Amino acid sequence: MANIADSIYNMRLLDDLARQETVIHKLHPLVKLLTTVSYLTVVVSFGRYEVAGLLPLFFYPVMVLALAELPVKPILLRILLVSPFIIGIGILNPVFDQQTFVLAGREFSRGWVTFLSILLKSGLTVTAALLLIATTGMDRLAGALRILKVPRVFVLQLLLTYRYISVLMEEVARTLRAYSLRAPKQKGVHRSAWGSLAGQLLLRTFDRAQRIYEAMCLRGFSGEYHSGEINKICRWDWAYLGGWVVFFILARTYNLPLLIGSLLTGVIR
Amino acid sequence: MSHHKLEVRNLHFNYPDGHNAVKGMSFSIHHGESVGIIGANGAGKSTLLMLLMGVLFPSQGEVCVGDVQVTKKTLPMIRQRLGMVFQDPDDQLFMNTVYDDVAFGPRNYKLNEKEVEKRVLNALEVVGILHLKDRAPFKLSGGEKRAAAIASVLSMQPDILVMDEPSAALDPKSRRRVMELLRSFKHTKIVTSHDLDMIYEMCDRTIVIKNGEIAADGVTSEILVNAELMDACGLEVPLALQNCPVCGSKK
Ligand SMILES: Nc1ncnc2c1ncn2[C@@H]1O[C@H](COP(=O)(O)OP(=O)(O)OP(=O)(O)O)[C@@H](O)[C@H]1O
Ligand SMILES: [Mg+2]
Repeated sequence: MANIADSIYNMRLLDDLARQETVIHKLHPLVKLLTTVSYLTVVVSFGRYEVAGLLPLFFYPVMVLALAELPVKPILLRILLVSPFIIGIGILNPVFDQQTFVLAGREFSRGWVTFLSILLKSGLTVTAALLLIATTGMDRLAGALRILKVPRVFVLQLLLTYRYISVLMEEVARTLRAYSLRAPKQKGVHRSAWGSLAGQLLLRTFDRAQRIYEAMCLRGFSGEYHSGEINKICRWDWAYLGGWVVFFILARTYNLPLLIGSLLTGVIR
Repeated sequence: MSHHKLEVRNLHFNYPDGHNAVKGMSFSIHHGESVGIIGANGAGKSTLLMLLMGVLFPSQGEVCVGDVQVTKKTLPMIRQRLGMVFQDPDDQLFMNTVYDDVAFGPRNYKLNEKEVEKRVLNALEVVGILHLKDRAPFKLSGGEKRAAAIASVLSMQPDILVMDEPSAALDPKSRRRVMELLRSFKHTKIVTSHDLDMIYEMCDRTIVIKNGEIAADGVTSEILVNAELMDACGLEVPLALQNCPVCGSKK
């Protein structure tokens, strides 16, 4: 059952990472949110046969990853976690899209290109979202949403869901631990106990969520979630946002690899 | 200071499954009193505290804080005055760091961040876990969690402190510290515990509960030595008041 306990630690890892203090972490959460949103828009706006155009956009996550001093491995692991879904979505493309084209003397089906494109796009978007959370933290992110005048209920919903996921996982871990201690020779949970275990879990998490909510109310919680003060947006924040947006637009309108390539060859010539 | 008075009149409570956990309790607690609530497991202590805090609402009777009855409407005001430490600290800690958890209450009262920080650090200092402030609550030991839960209530600076088994799962030193802390809290305090020695040292008044009813209510030093009463309520005379186990001499 160690893996479940592990995943709780992992669950909260993003929050732990978000507490560091690097250049990126110190940026205003709203700016990071806007940057991420514009990044996502640009990535998604590329056509389905586009692959080369996406390549310059790798620059953004790599830069953030480096500047925010985030560990690469756990982030990659999380991206891999969603990869089965992405592959599930894209895998049928090569079957349906049988048109072919020729590259470097070999024939390729266009389906594979769209598949690759989907893979890249999803990878980039998921990475961007993860990086946003890992450099900002859910609480401050919610603060940013509130600045954008997103209705309180939605923000609260988001936050509490995020909180309760870890509560649920902790409850699961405890139940499974109790089970495995009294069923030492089994691998996993025996079929006969599934029903009662799942039912117990449901009830217990309801109960727990209820009590946590009560504890929140006892401490003056009235629907507004305060996660500490957020500083004013300063000039450097705007510069960060502006810089990236310009870069994204450039990457979208010009074929940067080609441009740089021709520039270099031009110089050499 | 009549507004710190706490009054309970003819309180009844049924759990949704029909279990009658509180059956007609009445008492009143004045400002500055320290009251111990004792009773066997399942006697209804935690339920009573929940009723006081307005987490549960009585099916009959009423609870008044000061001159205000505890109802859904008056809750925000009541809760600013009363602080409660839950029996299970896991129920109380839900933020990512101990610091954020302790800051949760003050932030809800819209204090500025400087004041919040002052209160948080102060509360953590008092319970002696300042060094844990950046840790995640779920990674703490049972006793550390309890200390954090106590700090999370202290940071709100309540007028009435309600604690459900504050000394359970604490090591002797931490237990001492909690007791010191309770002693230094000058306002009203209401404590349930199975740690009768602690009740004996800390509380002037004791209410004994048996099966949802008040079995006795009076001066601690008289109630806790009443072996007959204690036995009937599933309790025992505290060790400090029993004869010396080695030489058998009277204390
Ligand atoms: N959620 C619930 N639903 C139904 N019955 C409950 C619920 N919670 C508690 N009870 C019952 O109410 C009674 C009083 O419970 P309570 O938790 O107040 O006891 P307690 O005096 O705090 O005991 P302990 O010393 O073990 O903490 C018990 O008999 C218990 O079974
Ligand atoms: Mg109890």
